[in-house]
Amino acid sequence: MRQAAINAVYELAKRDPRIVFVGSDLGIGTLEKMKQEMPDRFYMEGVSEQYMIGMAAGLAMEGFIPYLNTIATFLTRRCYEQIAIDLCAHKLPVRLLASGGGAVYAPLGPTHMADEDIAILRALPNMAVVAPADAPEMKRLMEASVAWDGPMYIRFGKGGDPVVSSDERGFAIGRAIEMRRGDDVAFVGTGVMTNRALAAAELLAKDGVSCSVLHVHTIKPLDSNAILAASARARLLVTVEEHTRIGGLGSAVAELLVDEGVSTRVLRLGFADAFFADYGSQDDIMRNNGLQPDQIAARVGEALGLPLPALG
Amino acid sequence: MALAQVRPGTTVAELDARSRYFRKLIVDALEGGKRGHVGSALSLVEIVRVLYDDILDVRPGEPDWEDRDRCILSKGHGCLGLYAVLADKGFFPMDELLRQCTSGALLGGHPEAHIPGVEASTGALGHGLSIGVGLALAARMRKRSHRVFVIMGDGELGEGSVWEAALGASKHHLDNLIAIVDYNKMQCYGPVNETTVLEPLADKWEAFGFSVREVDGHDVAALQGALTRVPFEKSRPSLLIAHTLKGRGFDFAEQNPEWHHKSKVTPEDVALMREGLARV
Repeated sequence: MRQAAINAVYELAKRDPRIVFVGSDLGIGTLEKMKQEMPDRFYMEGVSEQYMIGMAAGLAMEGFIPYLNTIATFLTRRCYEQIAIDLCAHKLPVRLLASGGGAVYAPLGPTHMADEDIAILRALPNMAVVAPADAPEMKRLMEASVAWDGPMYIRFGKGGDPVVSSDERGFAIGRAIEMRRGDDVAFVGTGVMTNRALAAAELLAKDGVSCSVLHVHTIKPLDSNAILAASARARLLVTVEEHTRIGGLGSAVAELLVDEGVSTRVLRLGFADAFFADYGSQDDIMRNNGLQPDQIAARVGEALGLPLPALG
Repeated sequence: MALAQVRPGTTVAELDARSRYFRKLIVDALEGGKRGHVGSALSLVEIVRVLYDDILDVRPGEPDWEDRDRCILSKGHGCLGLYAVLADKGFFPMDELLRQCTSGALLGGHPEAHIPGVEASTGALGHGLSIGVGLALAARMRKRSHRVFVIMGDGELGEGSVWEAALGASKHHLDNLIAIVDYNKMQCYGPVNETTVLEPLADKWEAFGFSVREVDGHDVAALQGALTRVPFEKSRPSLLIAHTLKGRGFDFAEQNPEWHHKSKVTPEDVALMREGLARV
């Protein structure tokens, strides 16, 4: 997913002279071709996130469209004030390419994991927040991102994530995608959790539970109509995210339902309100938090009060 | 009044009629809005006056003119000094000064980008130089000859982001970037050197790759002389240390932390300042 996004910057930059790349201290050889072919639009600025954001704001004020890349948690916590004021208050078209959203950097420990990035970015006026499901969808998003009016946070998965998106379903920023139809349960997922939701829906189908899956790649602006439509059909709405349960997709959905007076029951699945106490892999962290497909299915069954023999 | 000192062994230049006029505008604004960062605005009056009178190529009737020189007041709390000069230049009506900080006003307690003549919203400190680097890089990329000026406070230099930006500016050899430090040596809590030890300040900026000059920041001719000679050196960003006095022009307010910020300007304060104006 990261590779798809970084490659897309180069391809977009070839077509559009406004596009600039800004990295912090990325791996050697990153975008080498762009550096060689467009040296005045390739910047590697070092371990200085606050400066990077301000500098990108200055470039954007002059008509450029900077794409910034560094590790998600450093790109959000460290320079939050710069994002709020330099980017959001000025409504500048800067794209924040966030490597390692959620638990991708599990082996590196909690200092490197981004589990509240969606919450804090979503709280900022003018900021769009997008988490694609897989590499092909990242490519579609990158194409669409050029014309977006304002700052955008783009959350990367681990890479090699199962491909669940497709050209046929199309892609538009702010428009959720119906991945599966069903009547009993409506899953609402974002990022790579959509593939876990699809797998959980498959497991539940074996027990006769019919599930829809709505892929909300854009958490802000939220596709209210699609979520309200999904909730209207279902007995239970289940949000699934690789993020703390505080402030992310589940919160956004719950806020919407409360505001609209919708009383559909909501099960919000995500990380516990705690710093990660384990290493291992992204999958290990998911399992610790009950976010693998079998666990999701079991929690849904429990919420519905159903005995689920196929899961047993 | 006794001449105040900007540095040990030196005295500050006298204020001429135009400098007194800008201070009167600031008092008018304080009376109208009933609040403001008094001392922080008064130390930078001559800096912004010289920039807008003599240095910056700007068009008040066309504030977004593409080839204008860019100027960011990174120490946004000194905005009354900037507002007085922008109003005098005609960027917005003089009446707006009197309404500052009130509901529905154009001007608030810190500059915002929607105000004609204001390049970037500032107030949270340590942002201006990074934005300035971006603006200066963009000018180079677009092969434009305009310059970028960034005015910072001395207390602001405690922000690490200033030094991150300094590294970037010198790495990119941005000689179209001119940073100015309003070195009034006082911050909110009191003397800067009791809170943040900045000295040797010129050496620090030199070490970060800037070409540095120092000047009496209330001496109009000296400021004109320094700022007409930018860049100080080719291929290096410039930094001007303007030695100033906080609250300059009002003997009771000079270097007095009580006058850093007034959240409630009383009629007595206004009367005191008007009497002070008469003494300058």
